[in-house]
Amino acid sequence: MPAVAMNVNGNAVSGEVEPRTLLVQFLRESLRLTGTHVGCDTSQCGACVVHVNGKSVKSCTMLAVMADGCDVTTIEGLATDGSMHPMQQAFMDNHGLQCGFCTPGMVMTALDIVNRNGNDLNEATVRKELEGNICRCTGYHNIVKSVQAGAKAMGE
Amino acid sequence: MVENGIGASVRRKEDKRFLIGKGNYTDDINVAAQTHACFVRSPHAHATINSIDTGEAMASTGVVAVLTGDDLAADGIGPLICGVTVTSDDGEPHRAPAHPALAQGKVNYVGDHVAIVIAETLAQARDAAEKVDIDYGVLPAVTDTGSAADEGQQQIHEVAPNNMCFNWPFGEKDAVEAAFASAHKISTLDLVNNRMVTNPMEPRAALGEYNEGTEEITLHLTTQNPHVHRLVLSAFNQLAPEHKLRVVGPDVGGGFGAKIFVYAEELVVGWACRKVKRPVKWTSDRTEAFLSDAHGRDHVATAEMAMDENGKFLAMRVMTQANLGAYLSTFATMVPSYLYAFLLAGQYTTPLIYSEVKAVFTNTAPVDACRGAGRPEATYLVERLVDVAAADMGLDPAEIRRRNFIPVDAFPYQTPVVQCYDSGDYEAALDKAMAMADYDSFSARADEARTRGKRRGIGLSSYVEACGIAPSAAVGQLGAGVGLWESAQVRFNPTGNVQVFTGTHSHGQGHETTFAQLVTEQLGVPFENIEVIHGDTAKTQFGMGTYGSRSLAVGGVAIAKACEKLIAKGKKIAAHALEAAEGDIEFADGNFSVAGTDKAMNIAEVAFTAYVPHSYPEGLEPGFDENAFFDPLNFSFPAGTHICEVEVDPETGVVEIVKYTAVDDFGKLVNPMIVEGQVHGGIVHGVGQALLEGCRYDSEGQLITASYMDYAMPRADNVPSFDIDYAPTNPPHNPLGVKGCGEAGAIGAPPAVINAISNALGIKHIDMPATPENVWRAAQTAALG
Ligand code: FES
Ligand code: FES
Repeated sequence: MPAVAMNVNGNAVSGEVEPRTLLVQFLRESLRLTGTHVGCDTSQCGACVVHVNGKSVKSCTMLAVMADGCDVTTIEGLATDGSMHPMQQAFMDNHGLQCGFCTPGMVMTALDIVNRNGNDLNEATVRKELEGNICRCTGYHNIVKSVQAGAKAMGE
Repeated sequence: MVENGIGASVRRKEDKRFLIGKGNYTDDINVAAQTHACFVRSPHAHATINSIDTGEAMASTGVVAVLTGDDLAADGIGPLICGVTVTSDDGEPHRAPAHPALAQGKVNYVGDHVAIVIAETLAQARDAAEKVDIDYGVLPAVTDTGSAADEGQQQIHEVAPNNMCFNWPFGEKDAVEAAFASAHKISTLDLVNNRMVTNPMEPRAALGEYNEGTEEITLHLTTQNPHVHRLVLSAFNQLAPEHKLRVVGPDVGGGFGAKIFVYAEELVVGWACRKVKRPVKWTSDRTEAFLSDAHGRDHVATAEMAMDENGKFLAMRVMTQANLGAYLSTFATMVPSYLYAFLLAGQYTTPLIYSEVKAVFTNTAPVDACRGAGRPEATYLVERLVDVAAADMGLDPAEIRRRNFIPVDAFPYQTPVVQCYDSGDYEAALDKAMAMADYDSFSARADEARTRGKRRGIGLSSYVEACGIAPSAAVGQLGAGVGLWESAQVRFNPTGNVQVFTGTHSHGQGHETTFAQLVTEQLGVPFENIEVIHGDTAKTQFGMGTYGSRSLAVGGVAIAKACEKLIAKGKKIAAHALEAAEGDIEFADGNFSVAGTDKAMNIAEVAFTAYVPHSYPEGLEPGFDENAFFDPLNFSFPAGTHICEVEVDPETGVVEIVKYTAVDDFGKLVNPMIVEGQVHGGIVHGVGQALLEGCRYDSEGQLITASYMDYAMPRADNVPSFDIDYAPTNPPHNPLGVKGCGEAGAIGAPPAVINAISNALGIKHIDMPATPENVWRAAQTAALG
């Protein structure tokens, strides 16, 4: 079985995987980082979004071996010293989550939106950018507010 | 106001774990020596099974077991049940074909369970599943709701001639006919309530563990009601005695009804883990979820309204054909009958209503409750028919509603369809919504849109629903196999913090926060010292779970009653400690005090005294821990008016929702932030049904919308932000004054959206989903394009 080595949330990790192993399976099953979720099998829902080398990626659509040598950040890697990242805090403050299942993917996507669009986001931009993340609970209203508020807080 | 008490938008206790990736969903749980399961499913909609050869699969790498329906039957497990009886017009109970958890000689829909393959890894299980060799004898399939019972159709179940489950007439047929015969005007509408796939974002999963020493099975399930699962699996499916079966619903990623039911996979995993003496884990992928989760809605109906010359409703007649799928899911029969026909009065004084519901079997996945369950179907029909009636009478849709509303002074109001509405002010909600939506100046906006080649439309929906499910005596009379009370336990620990055990289940609703607010309000214990515990039959005494917007309206009251018992006991303890008469003790803000003195004791001190009863009232039990059960006296009746304004591009058929207003009556709000979130989510569920979501089978029974590529879920850019407000009234039967809010949006939205599109195009009706293609065709027909 091929060996993979990568940096996940600042920790060097390695393992042997079947070639067909998806990055999300490696994260969830080998590393037991179960914050990254699987909500579909067609790369549509975004529950699995992580960052690979600083860019958002649907980890269900990438093989673990493709991430060999990469820097990977998952939802578990955002909080520092027990305090949440401003984007996580914004989701809590704006009730941007209900069941929590889509949430890790939403937060990771939100960070990527900020990285590419800056801290002052209008509603239309956020809605368009969230097109690849499905939430069944919130109706998006409060997710949009959360992303805007989180983006702003990150700029302060 | 108590800090973090009733009425405060407290931030949620549950959020942190979800936000930092520390949620604990079923698939996140891994146990030692765990195996992985894959189900072999039928690729055919309707077929006999001539033979199953598991030899090659068994020999496949890593395989632990391959089990089929024969193995299940040999162990006397199953079949799955439907828990509500509906009496058909021949006086017989509904037809209930056997629903084996693994097929017995025949499959009846694509995705039907044939075998389970258990292996060391999921990949090995999947590889081996492909090697199970099944010889099918393919039969013609029945998939269309409207024609499933027609003469000459392929028969699916021997026990159900003409594919009929039941034909359920309800109401005074002759009186309705007489009213129609003498009516000034009759409005008629044919409509389809499109089939939905419920689609909570977390797919279903099951993890079964068997302890040979204790002979106990522990099942972690994606369930909305762990005790209901345990009861059914034990009492009806013979999985294990109730006291030897533990069901845990850990964090659950949304339910919307789809996780109420007892599914084949859950029973089979529970049985298989004992058989192979290893933990067995199964997690659905999304395709399996589309194929095998219970679907929702799927009606075809004809509705007629008889009116006098003032547009006053005289009588309504509704003929409905409802698709129940291939087998009866756990509550399937109740949804198109009691949860549907009993809501056909809507907000109106229509004195006579007659309905007939024909429920049919087809070669499709079972159909059961989906957010709102029956009530969205009723509301859609009524609120669309009312708009058609308004057009036929030349009245504004708001005006015809006003003329027929149950007036505010008429409550309690006995409808002709069983329900007795306890409270409401329908006109207040309508007025407020119209003001917020700027209804009166709509025509100026429509004119402006026209200059840009667009068509604007505005649509009202004034809904009422029956929640707080449910008074046990009422549902018992209707043929339900269970009571629908709720239970709670409120336990002080000796150090003064509180654990609240509830039989309801939170899978997004925020009970851990809302219920803690109730307790902090009532007992004065700081919010952060209260923990709400749910979802584990080994922890919580009993409970009927979460659906039908019942958790606060029923479960919340049980908590309040347990708190009352604690206060009563605390008075005895405080009286003894403070050397006063029990009758002189008052309780407020967490303190027991002697009236008219400054002698007082905090409830935490009382709790400590109860656990360390060195000096204690004679004869009083130690401990500070109380149970309560609550059985509601009536349903609750949330209601409201939703107004949707759309802009349609007749060239492309694209519909944009430009403004959406909702004014709801949920009674008292415990956490307004959470309530608003429930409304948002419900509306988008309803908008999804109205604009995007349509589950389709082809004539051979293949599900052609089996992924998010083909089944359009509402996404962030399909919907706007919403304007939400309330017009509350007090429900006299509910001790907390609450009504329930979880389903309102999904009930109110579909007719508001379709009324708006019909208004925009100047057409009588368009079926859901109003996709660009359907809207474009309608615009072409209306010669607008
Ligand atoms: S799981 Fe990756 S997009 Fe759905
Ligand atoms: S919070 Fe449940 S799917 Fe988004």
